[in-house]
Amino acid sequence: MPIITGTPAASETGRTLSKEEIARYSRHLIMPEVGMEGQLKLARAQVLMIGAGGLGAPLGLYLAAAGVGRLGIVDFDVVDFTNLQRQITFSTSDVGRPKIEAAKERLAGLNPGIRIDTYETRLTSDNALDLFRDYDIIVDGTDNFPTRYLVNDACVLLGKPNVYGSIFRFEGQATVFNYPAGPCYRCLYPEPPPPGLVPSCAEGGVLGVLPGIVGAIQAMETIKLILKTGEPLAGRLLLFDALAMRFRELRLRKNPACPICGEHRTIDKLIDYEEFCGIRGEEAVPVTNGIPEMTPRELKTRLDRGDDLYILDVREPHEYQICNLRGNLIPLGQLPNRVNELDSSREIVAHCRSGKRSADAVEFLRKAGFQKVWNLKGGILAWSDEVDPSVPKY
Amino acid sequence: MAIKLEIPTALRPFAGKQSSLDLEAATVGEALKSLTNTYSDLRKHLYTDDGRIRSFVNIYVNDEDIRYLEKENTPIKDGDTISIVPSIAGGR
Repeated sequence: MPIITGTPAASETGRTLSKEEIARYSRHLIMPEVGMEGQLKLARAQVLMIGAGGLGAPLGLYLAAAGVGRLGIVDFDVVDFTNLQRQITFSTSDVGRPKIEAAKERLAGLNPGIRIDTYETRLTSDNALDLFRDYDIIVDGTDNFPTRYLVNDACVLLGKPNVYGSIFRFEGQATVFNYPAGPCYRCLYPEPPPPGLVPSCAEGGVLGVLPGIVGAIQAMETIKLILKTGEPLAGRLLLFDALAMRFRELRLRKNPACPICGEHRTIDKLIDYEEFCGIRGEEAVPVTNGIPEMTPRELKTRLDRGDDLYILDVREPHEYQICNLRGNLIPLGQLPNRVNELDSSREIVAHCRSGKRSADAVEFLRKAGFQKVWNLKGGILAWSDEVDPSVPKY
Repeated sequence: MAIKLEIPTALRPFAGKQSSLDLEAATVGEALKSLTNTYSDLRKHLYTDDGRIRSFVNIYVNDEDIRYLEKENTPIKDGDTISIVPSIAGGR
């Protein structure tokens, strides 16, 4: 009796799916929208993820699960304890490890059949074009404006789609820029906000599951682009309000006057994005220029000595409840209206969590005529590190 | 014209914690003026010192950016929704 053997279908390049892959991806294969052809497209696809954090976590997991043949991950950071509230690729035992290392391990465990290339580097104008060149699709999972503009510009210059997602507290945005030659990030927002106006997740907070939803949307859009199926978010800005559980859509138009993708391009190479965003350094550490500072140790010495210092805490009430130095709480936003509660004849030491908001408070008070006012350098975080480790850090 | 104005998360603390407001106005400019008259703290977040809408804040009437309509002179009709959509960058 003849034995009939089936042979897996071969693509034009001769790449076939192994028996194991057919089993692994069976739920894709039984859908006509994907099928063998679609799965082979996924296997041939090369996707570069910028950022392995809140957005990168669900993104990486779903792209690996789907069988995207080559995943690149760019992230220079290490896993921090405070990341575990939302960066679900990591385990508690990963704290302290480079994110790309921990992410690669997790994703390779989920799907050993894909290629994962990691780049433990900061994305800069010097390396972006070379990094992006080999990949088909770039996914923006970053957390700051300069990098978002950099990713955008590199994608436009190289002609690659940019799957964009961003979050703030409990609100998210998603779209696909530059596909096909559609609007880009600069078409939507020609200029970034000045630094300090829009808080980061560390300063503004975020519901952990929010990047989970937005990152998964980015994964979905990436897969749709690869399969060339459905309607990608190109030309549409998806807005998500998690508290109201509402999705809205706004129309994204190409700006004919866009300096990089418009009719008269004026930007034809990558620029200094920090300068563009008005930032001199990247970190949210207190800027020293002209702001008198006191270190936590100095403060402790003076308090122990019995000096009459007025401790002004400019954080929010819910932060005061986490930990405090028994300071007098006037949230920064209320300071202009409540400045008359302060006695300018006394020595005032202002503090916040990390020293940034209190630096603003000191600058404000000095302009208002207060002579004896200092910023606690490094805030209550530094106090915990240098004076009293029993004070919790958050 | 009776319209709804959607306030983004970032600006809710300056708008009495509201996520949306019902307003009467004939144009986008009028609606925003009405908003900033009620909530003056919003003014510096929406406008520059010389009275122009900040470049990282987009305003939509229904789903269309007012830059492609008549900007602040865009007329609005009953039931329209004006959305304020600022630039956000969080990802981690």
